[in-house]
Amino acid sequence: MLQDVIEAGNGDMIVNVGPQHPATHGVLHLVITIHGETIKKVEPHLGYIHRSIEKMCESLTYRQFIYVTSRMDYLSSHINNHACALLTEKALQIEVPERAQYIRVIMDELTRLASHQLWWGAMAMDIGALTPFFLAFREREMINDIMEETCGARLTMNYMVPGGVMFDIHPNFVQKVKEFNAHFKQKIDEYDELLTGNIIFQNRMKGVGVLSKEDAISFGCTGPTARASGVSCDIRKLFPYEVYDKVSFKECMATEGDSFARYVVRLEEMKESMRIIDQLIDNIPEGEIQGKTKAVLKPPKGEFYTRVETARGELGVYVVSEGATTPYRIKFRSPGFSNLSALDHIARGQKLGDLVAMMGTLDLVIPDIDR
Amino acid sequence: MFSLENITNLVSTWLYANLDPTWALVVQFVIVGVLVISLFSILGLVLIMMERRVAAWMQLRLGPNRVGPRGYFQTVADTLKLIVKEGMTPDGADKFLFNLAPFIVMIVSMVIMAPLMFAKGFQIWDVNIGVFFITAVSSVSVIGILMAGWASNNKYSLLGAMRSGAQIVSYELSAGLAILTIVVFSGSLQVSTIVESQADGWWLLKGHVPAVISFVIFIIAVTAETNRAPFDLAEAESELTAGFHTEYSGMKFALFFLAEYVNIFVVCAVGATLYLGGWMPFHIGNWTSFNQVMDYIPSSAWFFGKTFFLIFVIMWFRWTFPRLRIDQLLNLEWKYLLPISLFNLLLATVIAIMGLHF
Amino acid sequence: MTREELQSRISEIAPMATAIEGGEWLNMDVAPADWKNVAKLVRHTAGLDMDYLFCLTCVDWKTHLTMVYHLTSTTHRQTVVFKVKLDREKAEVDTVCDIWRTAEFHEREVFELFGVDFKGHPDLRKLILPDDWQGFPLRKDYEDPINMIKL
Repeated sequence: MLQDVIEAGNGDMIVNVGPQHPATHGVLHLVITIHGETIKKVEPHLGYIHRSIEKMCESLTYRQFIYVTSRMDYLSSHINNHACALLTEKALQIEVPERAQYIRVIMDELTRLASHQLWWGAMAMDIGALTPFFLAFREREMINDIMEETCGARLTMNYMVPGGVMFDIHPNFVQKVKEFNAHFKQKIDEYDELLTGNIIFQNRMKGVGVLSKEDAISFGCTGPTARASGVSCDIRKLFPYEVYDKVSFKECMATEGDSFARYVVRLEEMKESMRIIDQLIDNIPEGEIQGKTKAVLKPPKGEFYTRVETARGELGVYVVSEGATTPYRIKFRSPGFSNLSALDHIARGQKLGDLVAMMGTLDLVIPDIDR
Repeated sequence: MFSLENITNLVSTWLYANLDPTWALVVQFVIVGVLVISLFSILGLVLIMMERRVAAWMQLRLGPNRVGPRGYFQTVADTLKLIVKEGMTPDGADKFLFNLAPFIVMIVSMVIMAPLMFAKGFQIWDVNIGVFFITAVSSVSVIGILMAGWASNNKYSLLGAMRSGAQIVSYELSAGLAILTIVVFSGSLQVSTIVESQADGWWLLKGHVPAVISFVIFIIAVTAETNRAPFDLAEAESELTAGFHTEYSGMKFALFFLAEYVNIFVVCAVGATLYLGGWMPFHIGNWTSFNQVMDYIPSSAWFFGKTFFLIFVIMWFRWTFPRLRIDQLLNLEWKYLLPISLFNLLLATVIAIMGLHF
Repeated sequence: MTREELQSRISEIAPMATAIEGGEWLNMDVAPADWKNVAKLVRHTAGLDMDYLFCLTCVDWKTHLTMVYHLTSTTHRQTVVFKVKLDREKAEVDTVCDIWRTAEFHEREVFELFGVDFKGHPDLRKLILPDDWQGFPLRKDYEDPINMIKL
């Protein structure tokens, strides 16, 4: 062990964090150079869960490839599916019935809530508080039950089809979502009491891992990570899709760009998601849940790009179509990949313990990074 | 009334009446040894069970509920599993130090039990420097941790051990100074005298400001000394996987684990002895009948009740707070706790010299 | 800024970029040799400020490779897509990771999956694949009898 310390000659030590490590939440492998406790360099090594989804999609039809993307960012699988469905709809100009749009958006927001809850618990666990994890899971379980009832699955829902959603919502759906919303509105204050106001927590998060606005844009960071640095990048606001232009919600922003700002932005986003659900849940119109589509989808020749706001940021789907039933080339612009690239920049000069906190607040989901 | 003192006296008289004095002493040693070892293992089992129950209670879940009635044999099953597991030694490790480390940590936590007063007249060794003995011996455990971290030949272990070294050495100062405040008030280092001095009221409740301050500092410092969250940087499972005992498995790991819990018990017992009156029952001024009812509760129940209350408080910390960072941890000690406790000791000394304490 | 305005503005400052018909956004073709200059110009010219490279990828057209850069401006919100046609056998293009830092990872990804050599990239190593991996998986002629399932 001491060999490489001696070889480096300046007391630097190279530590492998991962691929199996409690704080990387998956098979991320970071090779970090530390001097004592201070981080000098972080070098991500990816690929432990790379399935080459882009190559796989090249041999799947436009109906099929949607469901592969559930396995990308498994915490916002529904939103990934949404992006792909939107792409096919855009390419073929399929009309989506209003009922389906409402259901899609409500499900999107539920997924976002579930994802942020998991993030909240896991991030707290990273910095050593174990109890928040269970509080977060108490609420997340309710969302998963709602998902299960309607889609038949709890994590990879596969609920989207081009032109709408696969099945109609369960009769209990509206009531259960309302129950959840009422429940979570009370419980989210508990989150603040337990963690946000804690002095140790604030000391750990404030001023740590600062990402400036310029850097956030340059690194291509999106989602809460970028919004915490003051970059307005909410796709739901900038390029509204489905019924996001009909609901009022705030784009949660902060300017500090540190870990605490990222934390606060995500907590605020949960509240906004609940507001969106509140506005939509009572007004789901009656009608069809699927638009009219042909059995075989053949988009015209050309290039198509759609983007949606996942729980982690902007997911872009870029498809090159040759007029065939399968995409010629597909590229997923995943939010995690770009967010991860900023990690080295913000971690340098910080302490080892803060690296974990930063990884937590960047909300890295490894299958999303590796695809 | 049930009293452990009567039993010990009975055993002692019987031994000296029937045996040669030398043999009587040897038999006494054996009895004490067996008692300490069984207390060590029972404490380990009970405290781990308690930790899991407290954690489950705070985290809205059930906790262990499969092995035995309501899951009470879970820790026994865990211990059995750890005993039969292979205790691996890594190839690159310094084998002698690696295998020695868990025993040092364990022996230290056993030895500290000597001057503890578990009940009225129930004490292994009423040495006249009892409190000093505890602080002195407890600092040896850091050697075991450093040894484990160094000998493992693992970077995580080394980082954990170094953190632990810095942490224990720093926080011992505050813990020692906090203890000294009570020593100044009671005028003795002997555990039995300190307990006696609280016959008319516990030091925490007597209303001396320095005693209250030192109690708070003591609790913070011992939480750090036993490497418990929020000061569990030596293990910090999300940063260093398992810190200094990353490479340990089987019974060697179990010894670290048990020693951690026994250490918690010991420091809480010291806290209970110094601030909460040890085995002394709770009395209120002139409420004679109330005081008599309190006297009927056995002294051992008082001692263990107080100790377990403090243990609960420390567990409560663990399941509530996030972990500190290493620089914040040392800042807290050197910039806040140490100056405060030095000033506090000064205040206590002034009070004691002026004779204002009671 | 409309598509036409943006096109004339870019043609003004960078005449080597030629517009292509079609597509959702303005598409522009750039020769590999000119790309670095064009990138610098669109990034730093006032009024364009293309500061956000939100998608960088490559397409294998069997006869040639095309690098696709989606750029947008976070202040003016106009989007432009640059396409750089590369030779398949000797795919080389200048790196843009000194202009947009996100390109560093994305270029490494394209490097290993498509075999495009980014000149001037500070750390052009394999990011996802094992170091000894042969071939470029996302190219159309890539064959892997073990890992690929043919439908």
